[in-house]
Amino acid sequence: MNTLDTTLASPPSTSGTAPAVPTTAGPRRSFARDTAIVLARELRPVLHDPFSVVFGLVQPLFFLALFGPLLVGSMGGSGGIGGDVWQWFVPSILVMTTLFGTSTTGSNLQLDLQTGSHERMLVAPLTRSSLLVGRALKEMVPIVAQSVIVVLVMIPFGFELHVAGAALGLALLAVLGVGIGSLSYALALAVRKQEWMFWMVQQTLLFPAMLLSGMLLPLETGPRWMQVVADVNPLKYVVDAERALFAGELGTSTVAWGWVAAAVTAAVGLAVGIRTMVRTTD
Amino acid sequence: MIRTRGLTKDFVTGKNQAVHAVRGITLDVEPGELVAVLGPNGAGKTTTLRMLTTLIAPTSGTAEVAGYDVLASPAQVRHAIGYVGQGNAAGHVQRARDEVVTQGVVYGLDRQAARRRADELLDALDLVEPAGRKVSDLSGGQRRRLDVAMGLVHAPALLFLDEPSTGLDPHNRANLWEHILRMRADRAASGAAPMTIVLTTHYLDEADAMAERVVVVDHGEVIADDTAENLKAGLAGDRVVARVAEPDVARFAELATNSPGTRAVRVTGNVVDVRTTDGPAAVPGLLRAAEADGLSVATVAIHRPTLDDVFLALTGRSLRENAIQTFPDGQTVSTGKAAA
Repeated sequence: MNTLDTTLASPPSTSGTAPAVPTTAGPRRSFARDTAIVLARELRPVLHDPFSVVFGLVQPLFFLALFGPLLVGSMGGSGGIGGDVWQWFVPSILVMTTLFGTSTTGSNLQLDLQTGSHERMLVAPLTRSSLLVGRALKEMVPIVAQSVIVVLVMIPFGFELHVAGAALGLALLAVLGVGIGSLSYALALAVRKQEWMFWMVQQTLLFPAMLLSGMLLPLETGPRWMQVVADVNPLKYVVDAERALFAGELGTSTVAWGWVAAAVTAAVGLAVGIRTMVRTTD
Repeated sequence: MIRTRGLTKDFVTGKNQAVHAVRGITLDVEPGELVAVLGPNGAGKTTTLRMLTTLIAPTSGTAEVAGYDVLASPAQVRHAIGYVGQGNAAGHVQRARDEVVTQGVVYGLDRQAARRRADELLDALDLVEPAGRKVSDLSGGQRRRLDVAMGLVHAPALLFLDEPSTGLDPHNRANLWEHILRMRADRAASGAAPMTIVLTTHYLDEADAMAERVVVVDHGEVIADDTAENLKAGLAGDRVVARVAEPDVARFAELATNSPGTRAVRVTGNVVDVRTTDGPAAVPGLLRAAEADGLSVATVAIHRPTLDDVFLALTGRSLRENAIQTFPDGQTVSTGKAAA
């Protein structure tokens, strides 16, 4: 006799109390409630394991520690950067952290696509768009936490903090991060049948986006064509706005353009992300 | 509970090329039934299940699940059904208990009720100890039970299980089923509407032992649909396998062919394999006839049919050829190897 038959021959014990059958609400769904559920679920691993936030800082901190001093040595005091290199470079690092963290976040969805936990969410009665929006909103939390760490680390090195500007700077990063995160999720869904494509596309786009934002070196010293290309890169406006905000400027046109660029990125990202999520059926 | 009419699914694989994964499945499942959909890999079992659970849209045909059309009212269907897919429902970076609670909230419970329900299920599925651990740290058997807990969180009247025990060892497989059947019995005892279970499997013994009804699917079509008992008695019959001295094989096969109840005779080397309606009744007469002719019969074995014999009778192919067979071969010896 095989094991299964043996099990069946002796009726399963009924020692445990019968789980009460709960009554669940009808299938009326609220987008806000569903988004909150998805958001809370996505945040849980971050809260359980805060070290993951620090891990995301490794690369940006290398740029601070190993590229920052070179910048000080070669560009310090020059026109493109201004008097204080850290005041110029730390906002760059914050945008870089946001870019690295949110552009790779699609890989979290890839894992869920592989294991079956995304499929379970699709079978569950959740509005499709909430599956994307909840995930995208979650990106704000590590961005803010990481940015606070970078700023605190840099204060002893003479980084001057303007609190109101800094707070608005973090909010601006959060909006940008929702957009890039959404695009990263959309990418993960789009290439779900060839997973390696995710990293290829992400890496291919990451470095041009970074260099053409004036994040590492001022674009003013580059050729004209680079400046033209950079003009259509929303990251450039966000980088400029972050520098202004961290210098204490709150209401200049540079800052306003940064908000526009971040908002457009978020709107486009969410639109593309939601569309991809709703249309991805297998 | 389930009603499909001419359900089909084509997958486009290239220019003007399509794979007909499901070619017209018409199926009715009544409330409370435990149905196994059995077939080889690629038969269309999972594709059918994915249509019934609203994951993919049918190419043609209709499907009503729990009273709702899968295309017109996917939200109602999703709310009514429980689903245990082939993969793991719980996110690997999440903690086991958190995922069950979240699942409860997704299905409309408030946090407190969801926590209570999660604890009940974790207890019932023997998962209290690992409940606080990360899902990636759970064993395969624990993860599968966690999947079942999440599928049952809203006490659905209809539960889909897509190859629930693939990858589990026999002990964990038996353990999983013990839990599923107990929860079904508990639900019945509590006076709630009976739980309907539809599972896909390519494990013959699982379908045989667990299901009250077996739907055999091959090449995207239902080729048989009955209780395992009826399928075996009606389609396969018993097998009498005799080892005969080499020169006597042909004559023995002839006697077997003329024996009452014989349906088919197959000779492999010096082994004569007789398919017959009632094996135990056929053997004495066959042996007497062989002795009268002076034939030398070394061994005779009678095998009760398995679902594999049913599949063989239906398709001419064995399911075992393409299924990983990890069940201990208990009640019958159906391969020539074991008889040798």
